[in-house]
Amino acid sequence: MTTLTRNASPAEHKEQPALRRRGRSDLKIALFFIAPAMIGFIVFYLMPTLRGIYLSFTEYNILGDPTWIGTANYEAIAKDPLFWNALAVTSQYVLINIVLQTALALGLALLMHRVAKSTLIRGALLLPYLMANVIAALLWFWLLDYQIGIVNYFIEAIGLPKVAFFGSAEWAIPTQALINTWRHMGYTALLLFAGLQSIPHHVYEVANLDGASPWQTFRKITMPLLRPVLVLVLIVTVIGSFQVFDTVAVTTLGGPVNASRVLQFYIYQKAFTESDFGYGSALAVILFVILALVAFIQMKFLKGNESDLD
Amino acid sequence: MTTAKVSAPARPIARRRPFNWRRAGAWVLVALAVAVSVLPFYWILRTALSTNGSLAGNATNLLPADFNLGAFKRVFGLQSPEEAVAEGGSGAQIDFWSYLRNSVLFASITTTGAVFFSAMAAYAFARLRWRGRNLVFSLFLATMMVPPIFTALPNFLLIKNLGLLNTMAGLVLPYIFMTPFAIFFLRQFFLNMSREVEEAAMLDGAKHLRIFFQIILPNAAAPIATLALLTFIGQWNEYFWPLLVGQDESVRVLTVGLGVFKSQSPQGAPDWSGLMAATLVSALPVLILFAAFGKKIVNSIGFSGIK
Repeated sequence: MTTLTRNASPAEHKEQPALRRRGRSDLKIALFFIAPAMIGFIVFYLMPTLRGIYLSFTEYNILGDPTWIGTANYEAIAKDPLFWNALAVTSQYVLINIVLQTALALGLALLMHRVAKSTLIRGALLLPYLMANVIAALLWFWLLDYQIGIVNYFIEAIGLPKVAFFGSAEWAIPTQALINTWRHMGYTALLLFAGLQSIPHHVYEVANLDGASPWQTFRKITMPLLRPVLVLVLIVTVIGSFQVFDTVAVTTLGGPVNASRVLQFYIYQKAFTESDFGYGSALAVILFVILALVAFIQMKFLKGNESDLD
Repeated sequence: MTTAKVSAPARPIARRRPFNWRRAGAWVLVALAVAVSVLPFYWILRTALSTNGSLAGNATNLLPADFNLGAFKRVFGLQSPEEAVAEGGSGAQIDFWSYLRNSVLFASITTTGAVFFSAMAAYAFARLRWRGRNLVFSLFLATMMVPPIFTALPNFLLIKNLGLLNTMAGLVLPYIFMTPFAIFFLRQFFLNMSREVEEAAMLDGAKHLRIFFQIILPNAAAPIATLALLTFIGQWNEYFWPLLVGQDESVRVLTVGLGVFKSQSPQGAPDWSGLMAATLVSALPVLILFAAFGKKIVNSIGFSGIK
């Protein structure tokens, strides 16, 4: 998970004189302090990462031993229409989330910056984010129900045909993205709002004195100064969205047919329903690589933005 | 886009005007966002207190349709299967008391372990000098990049080989030792803490263990509490890992229980009031935490991204 911390402290470089004079290493006591975390790191992060990569080159159905089959899994994936479908469907989900969620959150953050800064309002907006995905999914499964859901009731009331939010191929993914947007909109808005708060007020005053229009102020001042936060928010949204699973697993189960069979759900099915751990691991490696690429772009972007506030 | 216009930074002049259409418009939009965020929770409650039979006929009635506690009874396993089926349930055995207990155990154990051990590690990274410190820290940080599903598959195999599937130990083990985020978060805080007291204690011959317990931990109580709160909520909401290793009724947590309940619900005519009662029961502990510590949680956003 990424953080918005900007106050990377200089303290870590300048050792206190009193400590330096002793000139000894605290290795022994450090080993003691770090031991539990180190065990967790090695056993549950490092080893499974290596093992996952190894398994992706094997055929393994959990019962026997893994058999090394080289890149056969990856070759099969390249020809697997379900994989390409999962990638396409997941990308669609990510795209809707980026556009919808970020636009709504940005608008909301700007509004809050202008009129509403109370903790109560911010708290209310944050509430959906604190709920489990499973809860958000079930809630909207009910609200968006085709038969008696209240949303479809309103849709009919204004004279439009009912929408099969979960049951139709064209709506399956947008609906998942809508649920995610509902859950994340307030949270994202609060992150952007915090970014807005950190823009010094005098910058606006100068713009105001120079007779800048609100639109000019927004484009020439707010957006550039907000960019580092915005980029970070976008990356967090993309990385999080690529790993969508919970809401799909409790509502559509990948359906109708393959319409919402997102990457992580496909991996889950391959590994646990079909007991094809090698194939599942190879899929997970691919997801990992995609996310690493996104993170790499993040690093590049953030570097380029560091000087914006100075 | 009109919002951009409306939402340009407030100008001092705006305050003096008695009525400002732009501000009013902005308020309306904020109120709308608040409504969209909060009203669904009322709808959960309203549905949970209704009976399934009367829901269809009263789609927009703001009050519960045919007020009734049957859904909650069903969720806590207090209805006989016949009663449950009569009220639109599946009649399958379901007991949210036990899921609630498992969720509390799972979230509390993992939070306590992860926060405490992460604080220890953060102390080693922030205050002790040893070779390879920065390298190890970067390695820890790098694990934040690894998507959970990637480690979940091998971790499942490990827990399975240890014979810990469907045990609380198997559920909590991967989380109990640390989270990279907690280490990062606390290290950052420790680095910004003044060292004067520690140095004085050190000159008096205090050992690191004493400094950690008697100076660092008490002084960092506030951020540790925030971190624990955020970690607890994150763990409470965890679904994927418990789904893999905790399917069994005896260790099933609320999120998994909700999924099972939903999948058992009659197709075509789902047990909506039962589902919403279950949803409310699952959401309630977080809602209570939020009512008690909302300010802490809200103010932590902007410093950090919680999962």
